[in-house]
Amino acid sequence: MAMLHLVNKSPYDACSLDTASSIMQGDDSLLLIEDGVYAAVKGGKAAARLEGLKISVLGPDLAARGIGKDKLIDGVTVVDYAGFVDMVEANDKVQSWL
Amino acid sequence: MSEIKKFMYVNRKAPYGTIYAWEALEVVLIGAAFEQDVSLAFMDDGVYQLIKGQDTTGIGMKNFSPTYSALGDYEITKIYVEKESLEERGLTLDDLQHLVWEDEDEDWAEKDSIRLVSRSELADVLATQDVLFNF
Repeated sequence: MAMLHLVNKSPYDACSLDTASSIMQGDDSLLLIEDGVYAAVKGGKAAARLEGLKISVLGPDLAARGIGKDKLIDGVTVVDYAGFVDMVEANDKVQSWL
Repeated sequence: MSEIKKFMYVNRKAPYGTIYAWEALEVVLIGAAFEQDVSLAFMDDGVYQLIKGQDTTGIGMKNFSPTYSALGDYEITKIYVEKESLEERGLTLDDLQHLVWEDEDEDWAEKDSIRLVSRSELADVLATQDVLFNF
């Protein structure tokens, strides 16, 4: 029973990434959207939180914030809106950490 | 208006997740018309506002980041960026827009607007202000 976790807050402004990453298990995956995408920036303090997790980032939100794909930590998948829908479909449940 | 006051706008929010960043910019530009001594500070998630290369076409929101480069024309020449906030987020000054102003007293020489400061230096700057606006 895999779950998709959505985080839309900056990890430097809210605790939702901390909560999501510590509650994730098994085949769960994490999709960073809106201000949540800042967590995947290489060299940032929050990146350590993502180690060992299946991470995707929403591309349009990255572009809006001027974060190039070359700025991301390794192992992150960049998805578009259609990819977002595919992830929702592929998981049994969605947990949105608003 | 006789007395010129030191106005400081403190920006601590990321640009698109909330409306604060955009609203701050609106207030700064309106305030510029009153010919006060204006400074801006970017700290915490506020440093994200100045990242270069923002492209909002995919999210259907207005990209207001080009407006920062117009601040120099409004005689807003003191933009403080906090070093610790950049470092914590894996960013450097190179990731930010290059903001400049033209110095009328030196034959319109182009000068950097951004001043990279430590948290304690920023504390000193805040201490010298007359009015603080927070966004």
